[in-house]
Amino acid sequence: MIPLSWYLIVSALLFSIGLFGLLARRNAVAMLMAVELMLNAVNINLVAFWRYQTPEAPAGLAWAVFVLTIAAAEAAVGLALIISVYRRRDSVIAEELDTLKF
Amino acid sequence: MTPSISLENVLAILPDLALLVLLIAVIVYNGLIADDDDRRNVGLVTAWGAAIILFGMLLLAFIYPDYSMQPTLHWGGMVVAGPVTLSFRAMFLIALMLTALLSLDVPELQRGSYFALLITATIGFDMMAASADLIMLLVALETASISLYLLVGFNTRSRRSTEAGIKYFVYGAFASAIMMYGMSLLYGVTGSTNIAVIGTMVGNAFAGVVPVEIISLLLVSAVMLVAGFAFKVSAVPFHFWTPDAYEGAPTVVTGFLSTASKAAGFAVFFRVFSAGVFGYPEPGRASWAWWAMLVAMCILTMVLGNFLAIWQQDIKRMLAYSSIAQAGYIMMGLVALLKSQGDDVPSAAGGGAAIFYLLMYVFTNIAAFGIIVLVSRKSNSTQMKDFYGLSRRSPWLALAMLVALLSLGGIPPTAGFFGKFFIFQAAVEADLWWLAAIGILNAFVALFYYLTVVKYIYLYRSDDDDVRITVSRAAGVGLAITIVAVLYLGIFANSAYTWAIEAAQNFVQF
Repeated sequence: MIPLSWYLIVSALLFSIGLFGLLARRNAVAMLMAVELMLNAVNINLVAFWRYQTPEAPAGLAWAVFVLTIAAAEAAVGLALIISVYRRRDSVIAEELDTLKF
Repeated sequence: MTPSISLENVLAILPDLALLVLLIAVIVYNGLIADDDDRRNVGLVTAWGAAIILFGMLLLAFIYPDYSMQPTLHWGGMVVAGPVTLSFRAMFLIALMLTALLSLDVPELQRGSYFALLITATIGFDMMAASADLIMLLVALETASISLYLLVGFNTRSRRSTEAGIKYFVYGAFASAIMMYGMSLLYGVTGSTNIAVIGTMVGNAFAGVVPVEIISLLLVSAVMLVAGFAFKVSAVPFHFWTPDAYEGAPTVVTGFLSTASKAAGFAVFFRVFSAGVFGYPEPGRASWAWWAMLVAMCILTMVLGNFLAIWQQDIKRMLAYSSIAQAGYIMMGLVALLKSQGDDVPSAAGGGAAIFYLLMYVFTNIAAFGIIVLVSRKSNSTQMKDFYGLSRRSPWLALAMLVALLSLGGIPPTAGFFGKFFIFQAAVEADLWWLAAIGILNAFVALFYYLTVVKYIYLYRSDDDDVRITVSRAAGVGLAITIVAVLYLGIFANSAYTWAIEAAQNFVQF
């Protein structure tokens, strides 16, 4: 059987890619995609831990389903906010959102 | 295990069920009103609903003291009822009621969905304060956060509001993704999702020799959880969203965001960390590391919040930085509580002080933002100069703002003084007198910028001295409640504090 650590490494890599995308991307839609990657990393973690640590209790699986739901809700709200910004100023580039500053 | 629903189970989430009914009522009622009619009544239904639920909940707690004073687990260990849950729920319902009242005169917020989102966010806060399980906590936190993203960006006609909404959303999604990753690691280490069970397991593990990889995983997880919670309470270094979101959001929403959301963030912060999920801080132990990190964050939050607030020319932005600083004071309560939990005789003083502080902060800050709503309605801006000569334009509003600012600054006849006093007392009791000293020095810095606003209100003149500010009855009632509560909590602080300390015993025992 594949050891648990392999899954955790994949998850950690995915999380890091998401984190990098969030910090490096300038487009708000791409940032949203990066957040989704991070949430998928969480899901890999949860399911792997469930399978290897406590296969008899379904808490990890149930949790992963909730994370999926949360990710969907977050994407819906995020896209709605992105559209409302785009309507105001024809841009979704993070640096151009600079009305509010010090 | 056969699933069964007992009366106690239902009682434990009764306020949330009632809020759900209110939510449906508001949506249905909003649908019955013609599109071009005014939505004042929808807001009134929300405010009255919140008031009725609040009184019902307190009445129930009064009739069944066992139910209110004993922490009990319900719904398979998902929800914890008890005095801590009760006190936080009371704060959220008060915040909902006052926010709904103050929103009535804001034309761009007169939409049914606005009030529905306010109630949804309150349900999320309620469940956050009541959650005893990581899954429950996560779902509740996201319910609240997602509603708040929409509320901050609600005014889609305004460049500022939409920009604030998307900034809050990006930072929020970022912080919650990190927090979820930390929680998944915690689940991996312990194999449980129940906060109390994890606390016991980690406590037992720390009694023996712990493998270094477990300790490092726990530390990584602690840092990630702190990042998520610190975002919710806007503590440095996770405060970047605060000034932008607070300035851009509709002012009423800012009031709601800065009080209820902060209180809910601290509720979960206290719940998770006081359960010993990462062990209790003792010198030489690994758990000392995250505790020291919390102390550093507490100091940074106070200092940075207060010093950046001095330079602000926009009053909403100034109050945003002030609210960062206030989060620092409340974190001092958390730090003191956690430190004393490592001692032989744990003391609940830090938790009690924080609950009292949050309660008084709900009233004070909603009052301050409510007054900003009324003053800025004519000028449509929230610059400091809009407050010049406020005492001539509306003496009562000026007086109310004076009380709110004095309370934020911590001057005696108001609740803010005792809030700070109890926090510093708890810090000294936990042998953190140096932290209390930093807090006191910070309180003096804070006084400077609060009193500057008082100076603008009473001593400065403006060109439209003779332009009266009209206050509608709903807003007047809302503001009167807050000001009376601030003065009441200031004069009779002891009764509320005794209750808060008794409630906070749960943090220690549970």
